[in-house]
Amino acid sequence: MQNSAQGIKGDAIFRGFTLLLACSIIVILLLMTAEMVKESLPAISRFGWRFISGSTWDAVQEEFASLPYLYGSIVSSILAILLATPLSIGTALFITELAPRKVGAATAALVELLAAIPSVIYGLWGILVMTPWLQSTIQPFLIEHFGFLPFFRGAPYGVSMLAAVFILMIMIVPIITSITKEVLMAVPSSQKEAAIALGATRWEMIRMAVLPYGRSGILGAVILGLGRAIGETMAVTMVIGNTPKISLSLLSPAYTMPSVIANEFAETTTKMHASALMEIGLILLFVTLVINFLARMLLWSVTRKWKGGVA
Amino acid sequence: MFSTIRKTVLTLALLASVCVAGQASAETLINGAGATFPYPLYSKWFSEYAKIDTSVKFNYQSIGSGGGIKQITAGTVDFGASDKFLSDAELKAAPGKLLHIPTVMGAVVVTYNLPGVHKGLKLRSSDVADIFLGKITKWNDKRIADDNPGVKLPNESIIVVHRSDGSGTTSIFTDYLSSVNQEWHGKVGKGASVNWPIGLGGKGNEGVAGQIKNTKNSIGYVELAYAFENKLPYATLMNKNGKFVEPSIKTTSAAAAGAVKHMPADYRVSLVNQPGDDAYPIVGFTWLVVYEHQKDAVKGKKLVEFLNWELHKGQKMAAGMLYAPLPAPVVKMVEKTIKTIKH
Repeated sequence: MQNSAQGIKGDAIFRGFTLLLACSIIVILLLMTAEMVKESLPAISRFGWRFISGSTWDAVQEEFASLPYLYGSIVSSILAILLATPLSIGTALFITELAPRKVGAATAALVELLAAIPSVIYGLWGILVMTPWLQSTIQPFLIEHFGFLPFFRGAPYGVSMLAAVFILMIMIVPIITSITKEVLMAVPSSQKEAAIALGATRWEMIRMAVLPYGRSGILGAVILGLGRAIGETMAVTMVIGNTPKISLSLLSPAYTMPSVIANEFAETTTKMHASALMEIGLILLFVTLVINFLARMLLWSVTRKWKGGVA
Repeated sequence: MFSTIRKTVLTLALLASVCVAGQASAETLINGAGATFPYPLYSKWFSEYAKIDTSVKFNYQSIGSGGGIKQITAGTVDFGASDKFLSDAELKAAPGKLLHIPTVMGAVVVTYNLPGVHKGLKLRSSDVADIFLGKITKWNDKRIADDNPGVKLPNESIIVVHRSDGSGTTSIFTDYLSSVNQEWHGKVGKGASVNWPIGLGGKGNEGVAGQIKNTKNSIGYVELAYAFENKLPYATLMNKNGKFVEPSIKTTSAAAAGAVKHMPADYRVSLVNQPGDDAYPIVGFTWLVVYEHQKDAVKGKKLVEFLNWELHKGQKMAAGMLYAPLPAPVVKMVEKTIKTIKH
């Protein structure tokens, strides 16, 4: 009796404790946002909306505007996610559905190994191996054969938006793949067997029984990947060329929001410079929140539709 | 019984650890933070100095000049270190009078990748500025060709590479461009990060050097030490006296010697484009920044002792690590400045 009474008390303490932990996360986020708003107020009040619509970044004249960074972050992340998603889903399907058990396990282990590599290593590999290769092989090929498109104009510098997209793609594939793999493994075998019993081929089984079941989970994996892509700093900084200009061409150098913060924050010369970088951090936070919100809406509508379909 | 023994042992262990900690705190710890450029030399100094004076320990964080200035102003460190001198406004913002103590000099070299021209490209300072402004766009431009008779320059576009991260190297280089070219001075100016008219941004010396190595017909700038260690090709630049000068430790020191005549008492001076036949034009001091009135008498005394050691014994280690030592007249000046520190 005494034990159970203690147990109830313990439950209450445990409940309070976890509540405290959960609240602390929210408090940390709020404090961080408040601090960033406070620090960026000088820039906000001086530049107003011009900070988002303009494209001059001049620390000497203290004239700051962030559009090229915003553009670079969004375009590089979205292109990376577009390339990484099919690659990851394909790999996950291979591991769970097609490969012999041992091959699948080995592939999965290798993919997870990729996820453990620090981003500065990706960056160094990018600058020493990938960009020279892009410069000597891929970019001249693109210019020669697809140069009529505005996306592939200009000189092959190696460092470019394209290099950033590639390195981001390689970095987010392991995340999306491992989560997608877990999601696909959770598909009940009764469901797959039912599809096969109805005469479905393996592809039809995957299309009708596996993918729809894992849809919301896969979408969640993609969102996580996007989150990593938009916040990735070091590797991107090393290969993107760090030039704050907006260009349609993927061969042109570009710049992202995390990169400019990493590049310039340590050596800010004036208060306004630091404040402008803080405001970029604030915009980055806001963009991440918006993306997460949109993704949640998407997830919600997809799961609802799927449940409706079952009923 | 057992618990008594355990308690005794624990108490003894605690007492012992307190004693050890007590001994350790007899050692004076002096904290500093700032510039990354002199960090290899400073850490060598601190480790050598620890052998001479075992009662003091230096702890230096190479967080960048901007950070060093912020921390010494806030009083969170005992000395700051910076590749750029503090502005009047920054000096006013500090709670006490700050002194600049120049330690060594660094130089910036113009490096390039031109197939067939592995060394000795000659450039006038005004041409360097025009290249970085995007006004000289081809390698075989007459202005470059005239200074390089007999060198086969390609009819190719010049690809400009600069640092993307805020750095003292960029500060010195843009200071140089501002002093030799009015248009650069008006349009771009000088600073750790500037609004580059053209070019690609590489992160760090290694980012710029890597990009130049991979890109034919490119040009950029890196620290002298970095260029020498990695055997990068470098340009010979025309100095204020109209002589072409190769970058080296000797020509770097010569720049400071050229500046001695008009050296201000607080050493807040730019060393770019100095007079003198041997003076290399892209040179800068790096400074330690300390308060004139040291609050902690023990720390202040130790710091002054170290500064005197660094100014004489320490200087001899500089050249071996590719930093230019202070010329003798400047050493004499700094000796007097160190004497003014009150502790």
